[in-house]
Amino acid sequence: MTLVAATLRGAEQPAQASGTEASADAPRERFATPDGGARRLGDVVLAVEGVCLAFGGLKALEDIAFDVREHEVRAIIGPNGAGKSSLINCINGVYAPQHGTITLRGELLRRASPRHAAARGVARTFQNLALFQGMSVLDNVMAGRSLRMKSNLLQQAFRLGPALREEIAHREAVERIIDFLEIQAHRKTPVGRLPYGLQKRVDLARALAMEPTILLLDEPMAGMNVEEKQDMCRFILDVNDEFGTTIVLIEHDMGVVMDLSDRVVVLDHGRLIADGPPDAVRADPEVIRAYLGVGH
Amino acid sequence: MTPTFVRLMIRHAEERPHAPALREKAFGIWRTLTWSQLRALVRALAAGLAQAGLARGQHVAVIGENRPRLYAAMLAAQSLGAVPVPLYQDAVAAELAFPLASAEIPFAIVEDQEQVDKLLEIAPRCPLLRALWVDNPRGLRRYESEGRPALRTLDDLVALGESALTDLGPLVDAATAAARPEDVAALFFTSGTTGEPKGVVHTHAALLDRALAGAAFDRLTSDEEVLAYLPPAWIGQNIFSYAQWLACGYVVNCPESADTVAIDLKEIGPTYYFAPPRILEALLTSVTIRMEDAGRLQRALYARFLGQGRAWAARRARGERAGWVDRLLHALGDLLVYGPLRNALGFSRVRVAYTAGEAIGPDLFAFYRAIGVNLKQLYGSTETAVFVCLQPDDDARADTVGVPVAGVELRITEAGELLVRSPGLMQGYWRNPEATAEVLTNDGWYRTGDAGLIDTSGHLRIVDRAKDVGRLAGGPFDGALFAPKYVENKLKFFPAIKEAVAFGDGRDRVCAFVNIDFEAVGDWAERRGLPYTGYVDLAGKPEVAALVRECVERANAELAADPALAGSQIHRFLVLHKELDADDGELTRTRKVRRRLIAQKYAVLVDALYAGATHQFIETAVRFEDGRTGIVAADLRIHDATVRPAVRDAA
Repeated sequence: MTLVAATLRGAEQPAQASGTEASADAPRERFATPDGGARRLGDVVLAVEGVCLAFGGLKALEDIAFDVREHEVRAIIGPNGAGKSSLINCINGVYAPQHGTITLRGELLRRASPRHAAARGVARTFQNLALFQGMSVLDNVMAGRSLRMKSNLLQQAFRLGPALREEIAHREAVERIIDFLEIQAHRKTPVGRLPYGLQKRVDLARALAMEPTILLLDEPMAGMNVEEKQDMCRFILDVNDEFGTTIVLIEHDMGVVMDLSDRVVVLDHGRLIADGPPDAVRADPEVIRAYLGVGH
Repeated sequence: MTPTFVRLMIRHAEERPHAPALREKAFGIWRTLTWSQLRALVRALAAGLAQAGLARGQHVAVIGENRPRLYAAMLAAQSLGAVPVPLYQDAVAAELAFPLASAEIPFAIVEDQEQVDKLLEIAPRCPLLRALWVDNPRGLRRYESEGRPALRTLDDLVALGESALTDLGPLVDAATAAARPEDVAALFFTSGTTGEPKGVVHTHAALLDRALAGAAFDRLTSDEEVLAYLPPAWIGQNIFSYAQWLACGYVVNCPESADTVAIDLKEIGPTYYFAPPRILEALLTSVTIRMEDAGRLQRALYARFLGQGRAWAARRARGERAGWVDRLLHALGDLLVYGPLRNALGFSRVRVAYTAGEAIGPDLFAFYRAIGVNLKQLYGSTETAVFVCLQPDDDARADTVGVPVAGVELRITEAGELLVRSPGLMQGYWRNPEATAEVLTNDGWYRTGDAGLIDTSGHLRIVDRAKDVGRLAGGPFDGALFAPKYVENKLKFFPAIKEAVAFGDGRDRVCAFVNIDFEAVGDWAERRGLPYTGYVDLAGKPEVAALVRECVERANAELAADPALAGSQIHRFLVLHKELDADDGELTRTRKVRRRLIAQKYAVLVDALYAGATHQFIETAVRFEDGRTGIVAADLRIHDATVRPAVRDAA
């Protein structure tokens, strides 16, 4: 079932899709959409402006400003300690920046709290997995829908009519996600017994269960082997494609970033040093110096 | 009215419209398609295909896992007098090009994006391919639907057919009524151990005759439950979940995905079951691993009652009656061990289970008989529409493949080759008269290419492929019989060994390659706190080599006990650094080892085995699932194994 994400994605980009006409060996031309393959990027859904975050004397983020457009895959890269996770944590409401604003669909995120962000459609996965290890895959993914449950504790405890109906509806939604991420065989397996790559997939499933409008992925491929990475790339692209979910992605694997993302933000020591499409960022001398290393 | 597959389906829909025909697990729930729903679906699909221009006698490729709508598509093609061509869903793109081009296939009905990608890749080589319909359109949103071949969803085809039913319905019905049993029903491409695959042409009459003969032999009814989990392109699966399904009217269940088969098996509890030996082996391996994790009491009970069960089964096979002590013990065993074990495997309701495709290890066979699964062997091939020989319920043995089914005649040539004559023989190979003439004689016999003999009780015994049986030359066992598959099977019975390849024909001794079973050996290593990074690393561990040597030496001890095969004992072996894989051409699609090809590809290793080297460096090209290639390199150690002198018969 493994497909090469690079091929899929590369073909979607107009530059490559409308390129050589007669490459009969690859089915590439067939992937191009009639409009030349342009992605349907929408309005700005998330705007970060002048965000500063400090822990005591340590400046984690300095005057960061960038935006995320609807339906895009936005990558945040940078060396270790550059402030990538801190930035995600600000968006997600875990940290409250001292200065600056974060605007979600034109609404200022004032009170920083993960619950507040989640209720506004921001879901995330974690660099270090934060799943319920002893619970089954199904229960973990169901947990992702708790914000959407309307029935009260009493109704749920006794499985009264409304609670039962609600649970069935949620289970259906969860089953679609399980099917989508191809984890049917592990529904009843306790998460702790699954290999790491699959746990990452369950983490993604739980985030998807929220039906988020913005999905924050904190190093979704960390610690995976090549095949698991390819699978994960395909799932991320499929999520973006099928559900139109906007994705903000922190990733170390440069190949993955270049293949997946529409635009890339580069951080270094808490400062934003570049912002633009992958090819432009890759060519940026400062990025090469700071991130890829001199003489790369 | 003489039956064709479509008319049988219509008869079931008329007689039992609300009985389930197909079930599929989707989104966690088993969903049923009744015979009347199936009939409506087939009629709509047929009208859609007619609208698209499918004509009588044309071929339609069907590529995918077992999916209800793909089976319906086969019926729809047959409704128009067209011929479905099921192709292997796990074949790489290049392997699909030959069947598509040679059968001049204009239309293909496929399961998902994976198949679409493959067909689009080879489309330039198959100019006649006009349109594809895909069952599951996931991931295809950005694909261009126009162009050549056109790409549509199966939903589109159903909708097209439904809107055209008023016009085309009568045409479909007329075509269905006009079909004759002697018309071609399906074209099966054999996996082909050498050269291009060959298309086997079968008529409705041939397939149905064999389906009914098999059904009568095992008294199958419309109450059977079958789980369809093997490739539908393989004639065995096609017989069990298509020909016999329509002949008997039972229920075919399609698993949720390839990964969930074990779970689905438990949920369905099939009554009629087929598994090639390798799947039975994998199940036994999983049981063995779980038993090692079990408590001391459970392990003791398991060991005690498994021995009891084996003895019981062996006595029954000899036709002896059991005493009351044995009966009591057996009942206790059933309560404590066999029943729970059958339940854990999903075999609680199995009434008839078959295995075929390869020789089954006697121990493996005995295990399933011992726990009370009515496992039997059958003999047949694509060319014979499967059913040639079957074992009766009370006469199942590990070393035979049963007695001829009704309608079958057998003959052994002077050279030892088995010939078959039956109403189920193929019409011939598709557009390949030379190959057809090689296997079909003028007086209606089919040359199987198997070396066989018929024993006194009328059971057929297959020794090996006629061309594979060899002899040793030189050394202490000069001139001794070398049956490679026999040796390999001995090794493969050990849970630690997944695959083995034995060499020895024309050599002075037998040497072997061994593939470890990653799951079993990985578990074994973890248990011992032996760290490893992956397959190559694990396979290269000296501890693993010692484990394999133990297995080899036990196999040698068993071989030494059989005077005819003592010469086949393994003198030297090595543990391969990569898993033998069908994608690299080392196994067939049905996962049989291609011994000759492996010997060529790993010639350096074979030479090192016979040259007495202690290690050998090798680089191997591998093909990943996505079609890219890479290199795996390793320095393999070569090990010696103890060989015993042949046990001389005292008499």
